[in-house]
Formats: sequence, structure tokens, C-alpha cells
Amino acid sequence: MSTGEPGASGGETGASAADGAVTGATAKGDSNGTLLSVDHLKLYFPVRSGVVFRHEVARVHAVDDVTLRLRTGQTLGLVGESGCGKTTLARCLVRLLDPTDGSIKFEGRDITHASTREMRPLRSEIQIVFQDPYASLNPRKRVGQIIGTPMALHGTPKDEIPKRVRDLLARVGLSPEHVNRFPHEFSGGQRQRVGIARALALNPRLIVLDEPVSALDVSIQAQIVNLLDDLQDDLGLTYLFVAHDLSVVRHISDSIAVMYLGKVMELAPAEDLYAKPIHPYTSALLGAIPIPDPELNRRRARTPLEGEPPSAIDPPMGCRFHPRCPHATDVCRAVEPPLMRYADGHAAACHHPENVTAAEIQGATLSELSPLSAGDTNGSGDVPAAAGPEE
Amino acid sequence: MSSTRPLLSVKDLAVSFATEDGVVHAVDGVSYTLAPREILAIVGESGSGKSVTVMTLMGLTRGVNARFGGSAVFGSTDLLTATEEQLERIRGNDIAMIFQDPMTSLDPVYKIGDQIIEQIRAHENVSKAVARDRTITLLDEVGIPRARERVDSYPHELSGGMRQRVMIAMALSCNPSILIADEPTTALDVTIQAQILERIKQLRDSTDTAVIIVTHDLGVVADIADRIVVMYSGRIVEQGTVDEIFYDPQHPYTWGLLGSITRLDRERPRRLPSIPGAPPSLLDPPKGCHFRPRCPHEFDRCQDVPPLEAHIAEVPGHLDRCWLSTEDKRVRREVGGGQIGLARPQEAPA
Repeated sequence: MSTGEPGASGGETGASAADGAVTGATAKGDSNGTLLSVDHLKLYFPVRSGVVFRHEVARVHAVDDVTLRLRTGQTLGLVGESGCGKTTLARCLVRLLDPTDGSIKFEGRDITHASTREMRPLRSEIQIVFQDPYASLNPRKRVGQIIGTPMALHGTPKDEIPKRVRDLLARVGLSPEHVNRFPHEFSGGQRQRVGIARALALNPRLIVLDEPVSALDVSIQAQIVNLLDDLQDDLGLTYLFVAHDLSVVRHISDSIAVMYLGKVMELAPAEDLYAKPIHPYTSALLGAIPIPDPELNRRRARTPLEGEPPSAIDPPMGCRFHPRCPHATDVCRAVEPPLMRYADGHAAACHHPENVTAAEIQGATLSELSPLSAGDTNGSGDVPAAAGPEE
Repeated sequence: MSSTRPLLSVKDLAVSFATEDGVVHAVDGVSYTLAPREILAIVGESGSGKSVTVMTLMGLTRGVNARFGGSAVFGSTDLLTATEEQLERIRGNDIAMIFQDPMTSLDPVYKIGDQIIEQIRAHENVSKAVARDRTITLLDEVGIPRARERVDSYPHELSGGMRQRVMIAMALSCNPSILIADEPTTALDVTIQAQILERIKQLRDSTDTAVIIVTHDLGVVADIADRIVVMYSGRIVEQGTVDEIFYDPQHPYTWGLLGSITRLDRERPRRLPSIPGAPPSLLDPPKGCHFRPRCPHEFDRCQDVPPLEAHIAEVPGHLDRCWLSTEDKRVRREVGGGQIGLARPQEAPA
């Protein structure tokens, strides 16, 4: 295993110019179908102390320089463990939280700091389904009111609302007779269907799904994922699907982003991520999922990832994953790896990428989604010398 | 393996609760045994009665509205009729339990070490210093780094995974012969789940503790269990060794469960297989087989409750509760490509 040599970056200038051309072309290709673009988004939560003089003593780096593109009609899966910032990011996108820095553009319109009033017309375009169907429905409202209120607020004529509510209930697989029921009369899976119907009430174009099936039983999870799949096909919806493990998102996602401690570690077309994970963290996430086959489990050599994610208040220097990474070297401790684009639109931020050939490493280009802080500490070049492929 | 005397034998366990809306039959005629050193998994969806089954063993479901039937014999004691004093001696000492939510099962105002020391001293006559030393050793064994410092931490200072380790350390503090783990990893991240499961397996090997693990995740089960009990709507629908359940499942509900797990090691299917419908209400369960309303293979005999019995002569330990013949089941559970699942009604062979 060779370590990265920072001195070698001088010879990369020619390659960098070529990178620019390539990324430029890709960016143009993206802009055709990009519905939502997130650029260098940061959200730091202040940690305050003091009784009389409240002052900021630290910051939780919940989302730290994340760049993503959501294409019309596609699903981006956003995966990571608790505390990686995935839910914070999702809530930023629907403007339930105010980002610290960076920008969010919906169809080219900057909505990063749009006011409540400015956001109001956009609310019908961007909707969210929450994780806990027990907490996200008002227990004192009937299903008809829950789904009908957004329509009334956004000017649907009063006499059309009951019919539309019934249509929506049928659409999400509930009986139109359920319109007068209260949320407590439904099971978890049915409640999540109500949550989805509410999100659909205004004919949105983008739905942010924040762990929509994590609270449900396996057999019900599959029903909801299939429903979301059908709705996307019929209505041309764009999804951001947030999940805490890689098993659920596989079915529904076109591409998947893996987050760790506020940063994107890997971004790939869905099947590529499972076939050849490039980042060791992705491999670890995949390896940790138990295979429901006793024979395969016995044969599989298990090397569970040691330790736990460190605090986001004081994230590690260099690569955020290095304290838990089996391949970590000095360069990982010092230099934050940029997000490099390998073949087939598969990008990863790692100094010691796995499952890639030496030629692919040579041909890798800096992704336009890479964080600004990544790369050489002295700023001489954005492409660090790549290490040999891991066997 | 089956020749050794069982550590625990549960027979015809029935638990019902009187509620304002009627009587809920949470557990209905559940029988199983647990051998020493065995890891038994109880699998089922929410409301299948899996947690009530194990909580009843610890006397945690007792109350004015609860009614019990059958027996659960541990050693020479029937846990259902045992007095509160008898149970207090057994709980923590002989049978220990880990709960699903490590956030709420530790007392937030006491240091974790003191909570474990208290348990040790409640069951054994040892000095505080001795109990503290043992606590540190235990914390170290369950994989808590810097145990000597962490012993004086409060629960809020620890992460979810660490708290679950503390719960395991506490459960193991009196060398129980049975460890009951009720969804021990459900609240944890996958990488932490893998660590905890590995730890439970190691502990079984090093301490000879038998384990009952309650879970809804068949993946976890394939990794850890020796034998599996599948529960649906208060009843056992199938029971057998881990290989029998995974490679020769007999009950349509088990097919559905196995079919609806997303397999990362296989091609992704066009549609995710699911089980249609939802589990029935325990207030008013369907007549006959409880799975009948969701089962595409249902026929007129299903109006009567099928008995839980062995249908394959060579494997008398593999029990299921279904009227279909063994040959019929083998045909019907195939959903193409050699995979097992619950076929859609129109695709089911006639």
C-alpha cells in the first residue's frame, strides 16, 4: 500500500485543464434535467453556554459543504448513520431549517434564504413525508381535514376538495370511506399512506421522503416502497429518499449518496454502488447488513467496523472517516479527500479507493460536486496523488 | 442437542388482556423449549405477541386485566404461578433481559456503574468495591473502551450503542443462565448492530448463557440463531432450526417474510415482493388460520385452526401450522428463479 505523495501534484496541471472541460460538459448535461441543485450547503448548529451572557461555545457541523443534484423524475437516495446530517439536509431542502452557508436552487431559483412569504407558492411544489407516521399526523384532525387543509390554503375551490381527497385516498391504497377517520384508527403503514396522500395533495414535483419506511414492519415497508414507485411512474415525481441503511434505498433509487459526519463520501448510480463500492465506508455499511441466508452468513468473513462516529462538534481533520477506516494513512489524517469522479459517474471522496483499477484512478477527474475545502492543504492543486488500488 | 434437558420449557402459553374494547388474545397456545447454550429467535411483526411471550416469562405482564394459561417451567419453578418473591430471585439472577430502547431503560440520574453495582449487590452478598471491580470487568467484556473511566458516566454521556452495551453488561452481571434480548439492535445503526450481535455470539460461547432473541428482522436471525420460532397474530406458525426455516420453510407467512427481505446479494427485482394486507386485530381475529385473509393459497379447510405439528417425517423438530400438504407447499412457495416467496393469487398454481 503506497501513501499519497503531496509533492507529485505539480505534474497534474495539464490533467486539471482537461478536467475542467469534462466537468464543464457534465455540468451542462446536468442542467437540462436538474430540478433542485444544492451547492456547498452548510448548516452548523450553535452550541451555547452561559446563563446571563449566552454565547456560542462550539458548533455542530451537521451538514458541511454538501453539493448534490436532483434530476427531474429521478430518485436520489441519501444514506448514512444517525448523526450524519441526512435529516438536517432534508429539512434544509424544504426550508424547515435555515442553512448557514451555500445555496439551494429549485429550477434555477435561489431559495436558500427565501422568506416564509416567498416560499409559500413553492410549498405546493416541494413536499415532505416524515419518518414517524405516529407523530406527523395531528391526532385531533380527521383524515379528510389532514389531506384537505393544504388544498384549502392553496386556493383549491372548496367544492372540489372532498372529491380530490377521496381520489387521493384511493390513489395511495386506502378506502375513500376512511375520510372521516382519525389517525389513531389506522395502522402504521396506513398512516404513512395518509402522510403520502397529504404530500400529494398539492400536486408537488419534488417530494422529500425522510426515512418513510423505517418505522414500519418489513412486509409493510415493501408495500409503501412499491406505492412510492408507482406514484413516481404515474405522476413523474422527483424524490429525495433518506434512509439509514443501504437495503431499502436500493430498490427505489436511481443514484445514491452516502453521507458521513456531514460530508458526502460516495455518490453513484444505484447498482454501481452495490456492485463496486469505492469508499471503504460504503463497503463497511454494505458488509454490516446481515444476509438473510444462514449458509452465506457462515461463510462470510465478518470484519465489523470498529468504533462509532466521532462527535460532529469537533470532526476529525483530513478525511472524516479516517479514525475508523482500515486503510487510513498519513495523507488521510492531513488532507480532506476531494470527491473524484471515476468511470460511469461514480464519485467518491477517498485517498485509497477500492474496486477501481489503476487506469481508472489515472482517468479520474475532480467532480464538480467536491467540497471547497477538500484537496491539498497548501492549495497547489486539487488532485492529490492517488494511491494504488486496494486489493 | 435435543437430548439434553431443556433449560426452559414453555407449554400452551396463553396471555390475554381485558381492555375497554374487549379481550385481546395477545398470545394463544405458544409452546417451545430452550436448551442450554442455545440461541432461540422469536420472529414476528408488530402485534404478533413476540414481546408479550418473553415479558410474561419475567412476570412483567402481570396486572389486574391480564389472564394467563399454560405453563413456563424454569428449573422447578413455573414462572406463571411463581410468587413475586420467587420471581425477584430469578429476575436478573437466572433470567436477565435487555430491552429494545437503550435510551429509556437506564435510569438517567444514576451513573451506569452504580446501576450495575446495585444489581450485583441485590443478588449477591459482596462488598461495594468487589462489585465495582466486577462491573469494570463486565463493561470491558462487552466492548466499552476505557471502562475504568466510563463506569462513572451518566447514561446521557453515552451513545445508543454504548448504552445497549451497558444494558448487556448489566444483564450479564449475575451470570444468568438465560438472556432475553427484546429487539436489542432495532434502535441502532447497522454498523453498531453488527458489533452488538457479534458480542452476543461471543458471550454465548464464553459464558454458556442461552439466549432468546426477539426480532422482526430475519437477517439478524440468519446471523445469530440456532433455532427460530415464527409468530403471527399471537400464535406460532412455524418452528425449526435456522436451516430448516430458511431452506425449507413450510408456512406461507414465512415465505412472505423471506420473500420481502431486500437481498443485496441478488439482482434487484422489478417490484419489491410484499405481503398484501395488514395483520388482523387481536380483538377480533379471523376464524380458523389467522393468516387466512392475507394468504393467496387459502382454501376451505383454512376455516379450522391448523394444528402446530411436524409434517416431514425426517425432521420431527420442524413444526408448522398449515393445512397444505408438504408437496403442495414445495410447489407453491417457488416464485421463480429458485426463490421462495408468497405468490400473488393469480400466479398461484391451480
